[in-house]
Amino acid sequence: MTSATTTAKTTYREALREALRESLRSDDRVFLMGEDVGRYGGCFGVSLGLLEEFGPERVRDTPLSESAFVGSGIGAALAGMRPIVEIMTVNFSLLALDQILNNAATLLHMSGGQLAVPLVIRMTTGAGRQLAAQHSHSLEGWYAHIPGVRVLAPATLEDARHMLAPALADPDPVLIFEHGSLYNVSGELDPRTAPADLDHAAIRRTGTDITLVTYGGSLPKTLAAADELAVDGISAEVIDLRTLRPLDTGALADSVARTHRAVVVDEAWRTGSLAAEVSARIAEDSFYDLDAPVERVCSAEVPMPYARRLEEAALPQTADVVAAARRAVD
Amino acid sequence: MTVARTTRTRNTPTATKPAKPAKKGTRTKKSAKNRTPAPTADTGRRRDLLEGMLRIRRFEERCVELYSATKIRGFVHLYIGEEAVAVGVNEALTAEDAVVSTYREHGHALARGITAEAVMAEMYGRTTGCSGGRGGSMHLFDASRRFYGGNAIVAGGLPLAAGLALADRMRGQNHVTCCFFGDGAFAEGEFHETANLAALWNLPLLLVCENNRYAMGTALERHQAQTDLALRAASYGMVAWSVDGMDVEAVEQASRRAVEGIRAGTGPHFLELRTYRFRAHSMYDPDRYRDKAEIESWKSRDPIGLLVDRMRENGDPVDREFARIERRITAEIDDAVEAAEQAPEEPVETLLRHVTSAPSEAVT
Repeated sequence: MTSATTTAKTTYREALREALRESLRSDDRVFLMGEDVGRYGGCFGVSLGLLEEFGPERVRDTPLSESAFVGSGIGAALAGMRPIVEIMTVNFSLLALDQILNNAATLLHMSGGQLAVPLVIRMTTGAGRQLAAQHSHSLEGWYAHIPGVRVLAPATLEDARHMLAPALADPDPVLIFEHGSLYNVSGELDPRTAPADLDHAAIRRTGTDITLVTYGGSLPKTLAAADELAVDGISAEVIDLRTLRPLDTGALADSVARTHRAVVVDEAWRTGSLAAEVSARIAEDSFYDLDAPVERVCSAEVPMPYARRLEEAALPQTADVVAAARRAVD
Repeated sequence: MTVARTTRTRNTPTATKPAKPAKKGTRTKKSAKNRTPAPTADTGRRRDLLEGMLRIRRFEERCVELYSATKIRGFVHLYIGEEAVAVGVNEALTAEDAVVSTYREHGHALARGITAEAVMAEMYGRTTGCSGGRGGSMHLFDASRRFYGGNAIVAGGLPLAAGLALADRMRGQNHVTCCFFGDGAFAEGEFHETANLAALWNLPLLLVCENNRYAMGTALERHQAQTDLALRAASYGMVAWSVDGMDVEAVEQASRRAVEGIRAGTGPHFLELRTYRFRAHSMYDPDRYRDKAEIESWKSRDPIGLLVDRMRENGDPVDREFARIERRITAEIDDAVEAAEQAPEEPVETLLRHVTSAPSEAVT
C-alpha cells in the first residue's frame, strides 16, 4: 500500500499500518516493540511487512513480558527515543499496569518536571469475537482515570491513520486503544494528511433531538442507531469522544445545549465506567439544559462469555441504543 | 576481598552471618606506626572513598534528627551500613552513564554527585529540592546527572533501566545503565523479566543487587527458595558475581570489572553486594524481626571502620584526614539544612504543574 494521495479503499488495519510506516520512516528515534510485532506481523496483522522494511532493531519482537517491555519503552523514551509499544490486548496490559501508572504517568510529576516520557502504547480492546473473558474487556476507562496520560480511541479510518503522528509528538505518554472489531472495517480513506486533533471530540453526525455520545468500537453501532431513529423522525447527533483523557467536556455541553437529551454508549461495564464520568459531566455542566435523565447503554455486568448468543446479549447493541434514545425522547 | 564468579563457587557462604568474619585484632595506631609502610597511590583514592561514605552516613544521621524533630516526614529509608555499595559502584561509572535507584536512595544520589543541599531540600519538600519537592525521600531525580530515581516499587526500576540501556545502544552511545535494587526484588517478576530481556538483547546493563538480607522485615531465607542470588542471575546467561558489600574497595574493583565487560559488549552483568542495613527498614519500623547479636556482628564490619583500618595499615594519616573530612561534611550538611529551612515552599496555585508537559492540565 502506498501513501494515499487520492481517496483510496483501505481498512482500519491498513490505516494503522500506514501510520506506523510513516512514523518509522520520518523519525529515526521511533521504533516499534511488542509481542509478535515482527516476524508474525502483529497479533492482529497490523505490523505485517514492517520487519522486512525496517529491520529487527526497529521492529522488535519481545518476550511475553508486558511489564519488562512496557517499562523498557518508558526507559527508552527517557533516554531520547520515541518508542511505540504494542500490547496484544488491554487485559494483558494489566501485567504492565505498575509501569504505566507508577512510572509512565508519574515520573514527570515526581521528578518536578525533569523527566517527560514521550511514549506511545497501542493495544486492542473490546469484545465481539468470542474470545471470552480474558481477551475481551474494555478497560480504557480505567486508564482514562489516570492523570499524566492521554488516552485515545480511534474509531474511524481517518483517526486510525492520523492519530499516531500527533501521539508521537506529544511529550507525555499516550495510550491508543484499537477496538478488535474495527480492524477489518474498510472504506474510502480521506486523502488529507493533517494529523488528527487529539484535543477535541468529533461530531460524526449532526442532529437536533438527542445527543448520542460514544467512542471506539461502539461508533458504528451508534451511527446505525441514529439511522434507525431518523426513520422515526428522531434527529440524533452522534459525538465520537476520540480522546478519553483529557475529555472534551465542552463538546458535550454544546451538543446537549442544542438537543437537551443524551445517551452515553460505552462497551465497558456500567459501574464506575467512562460512561459514568461522561454522565456526571453532563449532569454537572448541563443540568438545566436537560429535558430527560441521561441514559446509559453499557455491557452487562458479567465477565465476557464465550458463547455467541451470550456475548451478544452482554454487549451494547444498536437496538439497545435505539431503545434508550426513545425512552429519553418520549 | 571476595570477588567470586558465582558460577564457579559451589559453597558461597550463606548470608546469615557477615560474608567475611570480622577482623580480629585490628592493628592499633601504635603498631601501625611501628610498621611505617609508605603511603601509596591508593592514599588519595581511599580518602575520596572515605569521604563519600562519611557524607552519606552523616547526612542520614542528620535526617534521623530532623525526622524526630518533624522537619521531614513521609517514609524515610536509611542507608546506614550500606555506604560502601553506593560509593564503590559509583566510582566505576562516568557522568554519561545512567543510574536507576530505589526508595533507599539517599546514598546513591549523594554518591552520584547530587548535592546534600538539593537532597535535603527535597526531604523538606521545597522547590529547591532535586525533584522540586514533588518526590521526597523516595523519589530523588536529577536528569542532568542521568539519575533516574527514586523508584518505590520493588523491582519497578528494572524494566526502566533496561530501556535506558536499550536506547543508549540504539543511539550508538557506549554508556552503561546501572540499576540498584534489593534482595526483595528477586521475588518480583520484573526482576526475572528484565534479566531475561537484558540477556536476550545483550543490553549494556549493570544489575546491582544490594543484598541487605531483608525484604522489608522478612529475612532472605524466609522470602527466597534459593538464597544464592548470583547463581540465579547467572542462570540467565549473564556474568554474575557475589562481592563483600562492606568492603568499598572490593565493590569498586568488581564494579570496574563489570563495567569494563559491559562496555566491551559482553552484555548485562550482575553484582550481588552482601551488605546490611544497621537501621530499621524505615523510620516507622520497630525492627522486631532481627536479633541484636546479628546486628552487632555486622556492625563490627562497618564499611567506614573497615576502610579506616586499612588506611591505618597502609600508613595513611587517616585520623587527621578523618577529622578534616568530618569538619567539611558537617559544614556542608549544616549549610544544606539551613538552605532547606530558608527555601521557598511551592504555592498551591501551581499544584497541577508537571502532570503533563503542558503548563497545567486541561482536566479540572
